[in-house]
Amino acid sequence: MAIECLVLGAGQEVGKSCVVVTIGGKRIMFDCGMHMGHHDCQRYPDFARILSATPGATDFTSAISCVVITHFHLDHIGALPYFTEVCGYNGPVYMTYPTKALAPLMLEDYRKVMVDHRGEEEQYSYEDIQRCMKKVIPVDLKQTIQVDRDLVIRAYYAGHVLGAAMIYAKVGDAAMVYTGDYNMTPDRHLGAAQIDRLKLDLLITESTYAKTVRDSKHAREREFLKAVHKCVSGGGKVLIPAFALGRAQELCILLDDYWERMNLKIPIYFSAGLTIQANMYYKMLIGWTSQKIKDSYTVHNPFDFKHVCHFERSFINDPGPCVLFATPGMISGGFSLEVFKRWAPSEKNLVTLPGYCVAGTIGHKLMSGKPTKIDLDKDTHVDVRCQIHQLSFSPHTDSKGIMDLTEFLSPSHVILVHGEKPQMAFLKDRIESELGMPCYYPANNETVSIPTTHYLKINATEKFITSCTAAQARDGLEKANLLCGNHLSGVDGDVKADEGILLMEKSMAPKILCEDELLQLLGTERHSVQFESLLSSRVEEVQTTIVDDVVSEF
Amino acid sequence: MKLTCLATPGSGGGYHAPASHLLELEGLRLLLDCPVDLSALAAFAPVPLDAGSGDAGELICAVPYYRSPAVAAAAKAGGVDAVLVSSTTGMLGLPFLTRLPSFANTKVYVTEVASRIGKLMMEELVEMHSQFVSFYGPDMDGIPKWMEGEKHSKLMSMLQKIGIEDERNDLSPLMPLYSAANIEECMQKIQPIKYGQEVCFNGMLMLKASSSGLELGNCAWSLEGPRASITYLPNTVFVSAHALDCDYNSLKENDVILFSDFSSLNVMDEDDENLGENAMLCDDSVSRDDGVGEDENVQILCKNDDIAEEIERISFICSSIIDAIKSGGSVLVPIERLGVILLILELISETLHSFDVKVPIFIISGAAEKMIAFTNAVPEWLCKPRQEKLFSGEALFGHVELLKEGKLFMFPHLYSKGMLAAWKEPCIVFCPDMSLRHGTVVHLLRRWHADKRNLLILEQGVDAELALKAFMPVSIQILECSFLSGIKAGKVNPLLTVLKPKLVLFPEEMKLRCPLKEGAPWPCLYYSKGKTIEVPNTRDEFEVRLAANVALGLQPRQLDGTVAVARLRAKLHLSNGQYMLVAPKDQTDDQTKRLLLHWGAVDAGRVLLALLEKGMSCAFSGDDVGLVGSERSILVTSPGDALVKITSERTVIYCDDEGTSKQIYDALGSVCNGI
Repeated sequence: MAIECLVLGAGQEVGKSCVVVTIGGKRIMFDCGMHMGHHDCQRYPDFARILSATPGATDFTSAISCVVITHFHLDHIGALPYFTEVCGYNGPVYMTYPTKALAPLMLEDYRKVMVDHRGEEEQYSYEDIQRCMKKVIPVDLKQTIQVDRDLVIRAYYAGHVLGAAMIYAKVGDAAMVYTGDYNMTPDRHLGAAQIDRLKLDLLITESTYAKTVRDSKHAREREFLKAVHKCVSGGGKVLIPAFALGRAQELCILLDDYWERMNLKIPIYFSAGLTIQANMYYKMLIGWTSQKIKDSYTVHNPFDFKHVCHFERSFINDPGPCVLFATPGMISGGFSLEVFKRWAPSEKNLVTLPGYCVAGTIGHKLMSGKPTKIDLDKDTHVDVRCQIHQLSFSPHTDSKGIMDLTEFLSPSHVILVHGEKPQMAFLKDRIESELGMPCYYPANNETVSIPTTHYLKINATEKFITSCTAAQARDGLEKANLLCGNHLSGVDGDVKADEGILLMEKSMAPKILCEDELLQLLGTERHSVQFESLLSSRVEEVQTTIVDDVVSEF
Repeated sequence: MKLTCLATPGSGGGYHAPASHLLELEGLRLLLDCPVDLSALAAFAPVPLDAGSGDAGELICAVPYYRSPAVAAAAKAGGVDAVLVSSTTGMLGLPFLTRLPSFANTKVYVTEVASRIGKLMMEELVEMHSQFVSFYGPDMDGIPKWMEGEKHSKLMSMLQKIGIEDERNDLSPLMPLYSAANIEECMQKIQPIKYGQEVCFNGMLMLKASSSGLELGNCAWSLEGPRASITYLPNTVFVSAHALDCDYNSLKENDVILFSDFSSLNVMDEDDENLGENAMLCDDSVSRDDGVGEDENVQILCKNDDIAEEIERISFICSSIIDAIKSGGSVLVPIERLGVILLILELISETLHSFDVKVPIFIISGAAEKMIAFTNAVPEWLCKPRQEKLFSGEALFGHVELLKEGKLFMFPHLYSKGMLAAWKEPCIVFCPDMSLRHGTVVHLLRRWHADKRNLLILEQGVDAELALKAFMPVSIQILECSFLSGIKAGKVNPLLTVLKPKLVLFPEEMKLRCPLKEGAPWPCLYYSKGKTIEVPNTRDEFEVRLAANVALGLQPRQLDGTVAVARLRAKLHLSNGQYMLVAPKDQTDDQTKRLLLHWGAVDAGRVLLALLEKGMSCAFSGDDVGLVGSERSILVTSPGDALVKITSERTVIYCDDEGTSKQIYDALGSVCNGI
């Protein structure tokens, strides 16, 4: 058996995550994202390849067993309404409860930006989003979901954003994990990724920070607060372009707390009703946040921010300092672009950028070098004189985290996605040399095939099982593993093999039994074979002769 | 496998005190649910004592003691390996157990939500108990005086009267309540789990909880061992108005069902009329038997008739509340069912609105604020229509709006800060305490019992006479209600048909109430309280998974046309309840070629031929007389010296040269049966 892994997106790049994996005749699509940097057909994964890779399938519903979405970011879910409503996939779609609740907000927000601000032709409508979300089956963490008789999936906490999940999938004996985006260190409102030690043939992991190792988070938080404080105390305005969900809440908890401690009175604004509304979702989904937040919730809901108020469009030109959270995150258009155009020319102001910006966005341009002028299109330019602060805390794991997770899971094979090619090459070498696992980083539309281990179902008699366990208990070495092991352990230990006889009868399942059970079954007696030294045969002969002599005397 | 039923439910159809069992399988001992029987509480006088009213004389004026047959039996058994809890009420007895030294290593499995709510309920119980302690003073060492006197025998006879006694009259002992520290200690042993989460216990058992529909976090258990899969089915509701519906699909095709829903024994009066209909349903399925397809059975299960009746009952309660309010009276609701409270809150706010009546609603309980807030943050555990509320961005329960609008107030005590300012009569007060002994209920009852405009809502099954003894005479109106507690008799057979078990363990006492389908494909064993029954294994053999690379290395030997055997060397592992045979780390090929087991008679002549064929010089030894059945010897002279003695049951190879003895051994193997 083998696992076939077709990378439709996020192969040697970041954007439009989409991997189609075939295990034992089942085909699972992990994520169905869109690329924010492209405005043509390249924005979506090339779904047609699924059909050409599936002989006999006429439509997506028959070709794909299920779609699993890891989290609500557009580069992981943006193409889903297109895939279900335009391409016509009608099978099951799984995502966690928070993702199902928050994804429509993200999708609709994006659709509006595309249609209203950029004036582009819409790829899917509001109704399409609604219809698409109706098809989604919500899942809880750690729940084992039986997709069909053979295919089982399970979600694990990934940390990255509210509701982000790593997905375990198993068909027969072949098992794999697709991580989506994850974070190995807890932040203010989310916990760190958490997964069981599983027996895996394949791990597909993100590798955004394949080469970066980050220092302490506190230092980076202090740096951010210092930059913001310096700007507002100088009378400047702070623009924080952010995804409506996730970073906004994280930074807001940080700022709200700081404002309280420093007794600051300068307003903190949320751009659209969207984020305020999002906070209400966060309140119901508090079970998906970090332990610290959950514990504090009995008294005060941490998403009731004290210092945050609603922003009106007319405030843009108001004098005086303020902090503004505005969507979308990478200044790829919409309201954050509008505000950026007004505020960028003043050197008093500050723009904070997320740790990662997709190529082609203004965020990306600001990060690469120190541009003094940005061309929006042929006729529009923005003079950039404001301060730029790059947030170095991103909800992605760093390379140490990737290595730690890979080592912890110890899969037979690793595939890297969601990263940049040179860094991925570096990480691949590390995984192969340090962890000894074959590692691949296919480009978009490439397929990797992974061999898997296979087991046969047989029966064993009670005597065989008890004799093995008794022998192992005697050896002592194995006892702990056998009694408490949730996992195949002791394979590497110094262990003696167990022995039995495999009996194969026509039209019956093979059965393992002990030697004497076989004899009993055959109705015969054992014929023992012994080895002795030649000397002893002579001694025996002498003895028998003596006996014979004695006997003969009578 | 052995099953001992430790307790069957008393009042409330198993909601307040579910049944509990001891299950022994594959060498493990499991306790299924650990409830506490709180009905004894009613025999104690409420505190503070009030000489002015009521007949407290017959009641015991002392710190209450409690009993739990499950705890007593588990302690007597000398400890259990694990406790599986199916409901919040099923965990209230846990701290009694976990404070015993023999339970230091016991693991407890409870759903996340049940453990959160259960903890709040335990703390509330301890808090109420502390009111008695602060009134009477802490327990002295030794047995309290009343336990030796007349009062104790009175209490025991009273407990028997309530109908919770053992047939053999051995009431399990009364115990002093656990402390807050005991609760903390107990919570340390709990492993909280999600619905559908598979956890491995002891390497051998896979445990999985599925929603049972009765209450938030309640669950049915699947226990998957190497030789049998078992369903532990507690009280089950197929369509719920608040909790996630019973997920019977995940219980399909388990080998054994331990049916432990006793609720139909406790059917309310109004349902007696329906019994005819239910019985007819049963008959129906008997007569048509195979005619009833699975779909039809599923339809019977999913019909929302039960919940429609429940909503009807709750609407009736609401209209009674409105009547009392309109007449100027106040309403006291000491009901302890979370789901019922949540539904009444939603319905009453609508009813109040439609009658344009404005009265405050209070929930006075130490746990209320946390519990009510908690219910709005657990969408994954709620019924599908409520989950939809999450996806459309609405609050999950109506109480969120009530709180926001200032119509609902929550205080831990009557004397809490802000309580007096909010207090206004008439009003509606929720205060979970069925036995009417909690300080708040006692205070309000003393205030309201003499006015017939006021209304007290009690749950049927509570001994109202005893509970109210201390408040006599009462003029307050009393509405006794019953609530949906589990599966209706008419749905038992359709459920079993859908689940397709190989064996059903069914309560003896329900045999009459709910006759199992005759001629059903599953055999049935009846169990009763206090007795241990042997449950046969459904499989004698263990299922093992053999790694393909090991299977490929096998060298099978054909014995006859239909049978082949092969020697297997592998390492046996137990992983997630699954036995696996994988290749051992060091594979010494040398060994694998050796035959280790021979059987049947060995013909010495053929051995000689085989030796000669291998190019060895050999012959029957001189003193070999060639008698049939006796020992024969073959003398080997080249390539090395050896002597082979063959009898009917053994062959001995005398040889000092390893190479030669191996050649002889191989030659022997080629002429005789062996593996």
